[in-house]
Amino acid sequence: MSRHLVSLTVNGRKLSAEAPARMTLVDFLRDVLHLTGTHTGCEHGVCGACSVLLDGRPVRSCLIFAVQAEGSAVETVEGFAPDPETLSILQDAFWETHALQCGFCTPGMLIAARALLAQTLSPSDDEIREAIGGNLCRCTGYKQIVEAVLLAAERMRRSNEAGRGRG
Amino acid sequence: MAEPAGNLQFRYIARKRRTKEDRRFVAGAGRFAADIDLPGMLHVALVASPHAFARIHSIDAKSALALPGVFAVLTGDELARGIEPVMSGLDLPKVKRYPLALGLARYVGEWVAAVVAESRAVAEDAAELVEVEYESLPAVVDPEEALKPEAPVVHPDHGSNVLYRRKFVWGPVEQDFAESSHKLAFRARWHRSSTVPIETFGVVANWNHAAQLLEIWASIQMPKYPDQLARALRLPGNAVRVHFDVDVGGSYGVKRGLKHSILAGYLAKMLGRPVRLIEDRLENMRGGDAQGPDRIFDMQVAFDRGGVIRSLKIRALDDVGAHAGRAPLQLGKPVGAIVGPYRIGSVEYEAISVTTNKTPQEAVRGFGQAPTNFAIETTVDCVARHLGMDRIELRRRNLIRREEFPYTIPSGSTYDSGDYHAVLDKALKAADYEDLVMLRDKARAAGNLAGIGIACCLEPSGGNAAFEPLFNPKNETTTWMESCSLKVDLNGAVIASMGTSSAGQGHETLLATVIGEVLERDPDTIRALHSDSLTAGPSNSPVGSRMAIMLGGAAAGAAKKLKVQLIAIAAHNLGVAPEDIEYRGGDVVLRADPGKRLSWDQLVDIAHRKFHLLPPGMEPGLQITHVMEVPGGGALPSPDGRVQMYPCYAFEAHVVYAEIDRVTGQVRIGKYAVGHDCGTIINPDIVHGMTYGGIAHGIGAALYERFAYDENGQLLSGSFMDYLIPSSHEVPDIVIVDHCTPSPLTAFGQKGSGEAGYLGAPAAVSCAVNDALAPLGLSIASLPMSVAVLEELLAAAPGGKR
Repeated sequence: MSRHLVSLTVNGRKLSAEAPARMTLVDFLRDVLHLTGTHTGCEHGVCGACSVLLDGRPVRSCLIFAVQAEGSAVETVEGFAPDPETLSILQDAFWETHALQCGFCTPGMLIAARALLAQTLSPSDDEIREAIGGNLCRCTGYKQIVEAVLLAAERMRRSNEAGRGRG
Repeated sequence: MAEPAGNLQFRYIARKRRTKEDRRFVAGAGRFAADIDLPGMLHVALVASPHAFARIHSIDAKSALALPGVFAVLTGDELARGIEPVMSGLDLPKVKRYPLALGLARYVGEWVAAVVAESRAVAEDAAELVEVEYESLPAVVDPEEALKPEAPVVHPDHGSNVLYRRKFVWGPVEQDFAESSHKLAFRARWHRSSTVPIETFGVVANWNHAAQLLEIWASIQMPKYPDQLARALRLPGNAVRVHFDVDVGGSYGVKRGLKHSILAGYLAKMLGRPVRLIEDRLENMRGGDAQGPDRIFDMQVAFDRGGVIRSLKIRALDDVGAHAGRAPLQLGKPVGAIVGPYRIGSVEYEAISVTTNKTPQEAVRGFGQAPTNFAIETTVDCVARHLGMDRIELRRRNLIRREEFPYTIPSGSTYDSGDYHAVLDKALKAADYEDLVMLRDKARAAGNLAGIGIACCLEPSGGNAAFEPLFNPKNETTTWMESCSLKVDLNGAVIASMGTSSAGQGHETLLATVIGEVLERDPDTIRALHSDSLTAGPSNSPVGSRMAIMLGGAAAGAAKKLKVQLIAIAAHNLGVAPEDIEYRGGDVVLRADPGKRLSWDQLVDIAHRKFHLLPPGMEPGLQITHVMEVPGGGALPSPDGRVQMYPCYAFEAHVVYAEIDRVTGQVRIGKYAVGHDCGTIINPDIVHGMTYGGIAHGIGAALYERFAYDENGQLLSGSFMDYLIPSSHEVPDIVIVDHCTPSPLTAFGQKGSGEAGYLGAPAAVSCAVNDALAPLGLSIASLPMSVAVLEELLAAAPGGKR
């Protein structure tokens, strides 16, 4: 199996690491870069647990080979918080509304929500349900996730009015 | 939003509080089984049977072993020589189960060999190179076929496909049937689905030669898992250490990978290297032995002209798949709520458990109660339809009344408390029922298929596993205890620990909230830990909606003991009797003279450092373990099978509005309200979250989810492309209305809630679909009511499709 040097930006840091040609991006993130916040749920692109932002767009990292991310900017849940002691507004809203139980789908949900909030800070319920529609959660029935995204949007709107803050 | 219960007698309980667990999960810092990465770790892939039933003639691993990076290929023959079979819930000495097939492969996906390699990818490559010679045998796939004398026998040594069969009669059933003016009989079918968590099962095992200790990290939710694992591996219990601080990515009953763990443990010991086994999605759905109940109900009901139901005859035939496990016991739990929330005076219950050549069944949320609730509610609807009576009025006439509690049902369990009529009324109000009726009628007038569903049901909670001795007289288990250890360190910090892992139920929050309540200390300052199997007190894990009652009760018990100790220290030092003392937020004050007091810090200091100030005979330090016994349990079943199955009974009333697309058969749920009474709620966000999730899961079971098999036993839905879990598009905006009838049996009046929603949602959705079909003269009593099923039903009906 041929091995390749993959150079990319992950959570704002440029790095290079070797990956076998057949290694998926999710395995590369988890096993090579030790970023285990991104989870593997189905490995056939349905559940969304492995979602990451690739050049700002939410994608299934189980359906992409690591080598295909060459030169790209990848964001994972580990890159959300401004520092280890502080949560982002979106993460904090998920905590506040208890938008999770087991936490396994949560990183993927945060990715989907972040991509939505990058488009609009005034999403409707339907827009939120559409945005997270490709991410399966077995614990919550989605209600508290919708509440979390609404709360985060509201806080981010106020935060932007004060001239600071992001997702 | 959910309406809060408004129970303000507590300081921390029943109030909106952030959970302790969510912080790490939103940061991506959960620690799941697949995140455990040990130096030198090897990976397992599995060779699975492509046949539903086959004799294994030979296994050739030469090519697989020749692949660089492969360490071992293990077969069933070799493994069986080194372990004990996996225990069954019934007394079935000739139904043996091993992690790898031994001689016979009994279902498609059954593990035949395990390959260990330096990476999962290499292990998978090698698994494809293992050559197995099979002789395919005729298979049995249908539970009714399995009962026939000519059917292939899945376990030939056992001699029959029947694992369990007993007819219980409680009360004057024949007399009640003879005396009732009306009788109905029908069949209800609950097809196979399961909980299918987003995280598959995973386990990491490491054998420590120097310590002679097997260390296990697993995504486990299983009573007595460490003991069964040690027993199967022929190790003393104290040579297996299960780490409970592994986050479990959803379970809802099924995360019981005992066979996976035995296999990984055996391989780790054999190879002297850490071994990791993580199911992929197909392995999870096909070979993970985690499918759910698969039941045919033949129901008979006797009732009078006024709609009063007098008696039930239930015949439940359940297909557990290829191995027994604990699955047959899922026919046992419903004995504890066999009449649902209704005043039904007598019941006949025939429970039959059969094996077939399908994936084995595992415990699913509610442990068999959800299918039974579906059958009971379908019965009530049949009676209403037969009499032309309003479904709500019929339920009101039959529901147990508030003043009748505690209420003993024919099968021997006593329901602790409830106010079913009030909860039903609240649910109807929350759903704007009158408006829903107008909406439905308007939709019908416009030519649409619209319906309203109603379901009332119980969630038995806090169980003592009385179904074990009920179904297996050799098993005399009458306790199902839970423990909590509590200590205060010498700086005054509180640490609580439990002997179980969690799968999202928030047990750290539970411990901190309850202990904070009793000790009057801020729960945010309390550390709650998942211990390990060698240091923890006894636990029976989070099953049967028991943790609020049992772990919460154990934590309250420990905190109360600690409080007594603090008061005793203070009384001794103030020279007064303990009765003269008042405990205020950790400080202890002389009631008659509040100036005389000892602070928390002073008391902690005395306990840890000043033996000369301790009352004579008191142990130094502040550490307590409390073990809680199930309230009202402790007795074996009577000879006719009456037993107190569960101590507490939560109630829920569902109201749902749905429309069916005439062309496609697709059901769209427009409105969903549920009234829920689980007594005192410890953390509203957690309870509401589990209820929303339970309803979503129930919608899946009602409309989408099915492990379907073809006639040869091939699984047709082994991926998320064909086994459909509801997404945010299918789950409506659910409204919960809380009601609080405290349980008289628990520390704070709490009941269980981990199975809430799921226990009634399938019945409620089915009821709505049937109401929508009623104008066409159609009805259906089989789940899931998938698009394909409804489309076919409508296509065949005159006026169905347009």
